[in-house]
Amino acid sequence: MTAADRMTTTGGFVDAAPARAGLLRRLAARPAAMVGLGVVVCFLAIALLAPWVAPYEAAATSWSLVRKAPSAAHWMGTDELGRDVLSRVVFGARASLEAGVLSVAIALSLGVPLGLLAGYVGGWTDSLISRFTDALLACPFLILAIALAAFLGPSLMNAMIAIGIAATPLFIRLTRGQVLAVKTEDFVEAARAVGNPHRRILLRHILPNVTSPLIVQATLTIATAIIAEASLSFLGLGQQPPAPSWGSMLNFAKNFISQAPWMAVWPGLAICTIVLAFNLLGDGLRDVLDPRA
Amino acid sequence: MSAFLLRRLAISIPTLLIVTMLVFGLQQLLPGDPALALSGEERDPAVLAAIRAEYHLDRPVPVQYAFWLGGALHGDLGISLKSNQPVTELVLAKLPVTAELAGFAMLVALAIGIPAGVISAVKRDSVWDHIANVIGLSGLSIPHFWLGIMLILLVSVQWGLLPPGGFVSPADSLTDNLAGMIMPALVLGGGVAAMMMRHTRSAMLGTLRSDYVRTARAKGLLERTVVIKHALRNALIPIVTLGALALGELLSGAVLTESVFNIPGFGKLVVDAVFNRDYAVVQGVVLFTASAYILLNLCADMAYCLINPRMRG
Repeated sequence: MTAADRMTTTGGFVDAAPARAGLLRRLAARPAAMVGLGVVVCFLAIALLAPWVAPYEAAATSWSLVRKAPSAAHWMGTDELGRDVLSRVVFGARASLEAGVLSVAIALSLGVPLGLLAGYVGGWTDSLISRFTDALLACPFLILAIALAAFLGPSLMNAMIAIGIAATPLFIRLTRGQVLAVKTEDFVEAARAVGNPHRRILLRHILPNVTSPLIVQATLTIATAIIAEASLSFLGLGQQPPAPSWGSMLNFAKNFISQAPWMAVWPGLAICTIVLAFNLLGDGLRDVLDPRA
Repeated sequence: MSAFLLRRLAISIPTLLIVTMLVFGLQQLLPGDPALALSGEERDPAVLAAIRAEYHLDRPVPVQYAFWLGGALHGDLGISLKSNQPVTELVLAKLPVTAELAGFAMLVALAIGIPAGVISAVKRDSVWDHIANVIGLSGLSIPHFWLGIMLILLVSVQWGLLPPGGFVSPADSLTDNLAGMIMPALVLGGGVAAMMMRHTRSAMLGTLRSDYVRTARAKGLLERTVVIKHALRNALIPIVTLGALALGELLSGAVLTESVFNIPGFGKLVVDAVFNRDYAVVQGVVLFTASAYILLNLCADMAYCLINPRMRG
């Protein structure tokens, strides 16, 4: 470990284990954030345990059960093909959470390296990446995602790629801004003075110190990505039938709104609940990790 | 100020050029032969050859881009495969409908977002603040299309108060036009109102803590005068730039709102184009919205310079 590395870790910037414990303690002091975290954990558990939690097969149809109102046998009623709405909402959690997490992972894996490069190298590299970012930001998020999904073809994976690309400029801009602030700090100067290569300075000294706002933004962007996936599936560009997703369930439900309103109520409530939970958690994380924002 | 605006203008031009590259690049994402994808259901070799010649698909990609950009600069965004009309004409024809919807939605957003943000900041940590925060966060968490479906269910199906969808031109019947716009404007404006409420609250909290507000209070001015004349006027300055940002939110939201309420605007045009594999229209809509967004941001910067005395130096 170099002197600069020690300075970083002992200087309180990247002392991981106590920082994590402190983060949880500070987060626990915020009831709204803890409610958000609790709901997210519940939905994750439901998504992972869907085959055991769901009372029926998500794709099992029954012509004798077409559009039946909620009952003891079908708590959330049945849909236009006699499928159990509760089971489809449970399995639909998988598509939504998968889309939320994977598309943000795509955005982070593209946005963070480009942001690090733009902020650290500066000059023409920065100008080029920044203009590229501005151009992507100029296209409204959902319209860009729709256009990308349209050209890539309708599927859940392509919807995730489209959402991930559309969310990338947010992370480029955020990372770049953070790097510009951090790269003039003394510990970075010290790391440079002792002869660390650029790659090491970026990965060992700068990246760990720009992660807090990225974690906050990633949490809030998962909420946006879940709505975007639901929107694309609602338009028929995301999850394809018969696989369930909350957005595609709403797409079919809108045609039966007067005969079977329960088909639209439950998937919509599920979207609102998980998105609100991620927003509450993101707000709480921002208060704890990035109070200046 | 002029140096700042010139710099912003200088940045906008390369940004717009990169937007054109991205929009043109969308075509390259099409799997297989682009001529086959662009032809829709048509498989006649003569038609495919005509498409290749029209879009210069037999030339290198940079040459194709140069031809496409040249056309776009002259307002030629190609021909719609579905309607056989020029894309520019289609976009311009749908624009007034979406502009009306966006205008009403913006009114809803301003009428709800700014007063709620002010009350929330003035009565910080009170019940009103918590209620406003919960409503604001809910507004950001409820998908437009679901809120639209629920409103149709309640207001149109259950209570029969308003039409569930469709569009009547104001030239045909102004009352029917307004009746048809109420629910879509509420749905579309609700999300922007939530965003505006949060920004207004944050800006007001900043100005309420400032020295000039403390001085105004020390002079014995009424609290209402302090809040409206001193704090809000200054807090509104950064919110002007939010107006341009809200455009992106409104256009994105319009795609779904118009689909739910069956309004024949800009959003419905792009959704229909996606399903008809009318790629030229999709490209045209993306290029148009991005250009409008860049232009409006530039206008917002100009307005910001004009109303903010510190930028006039």
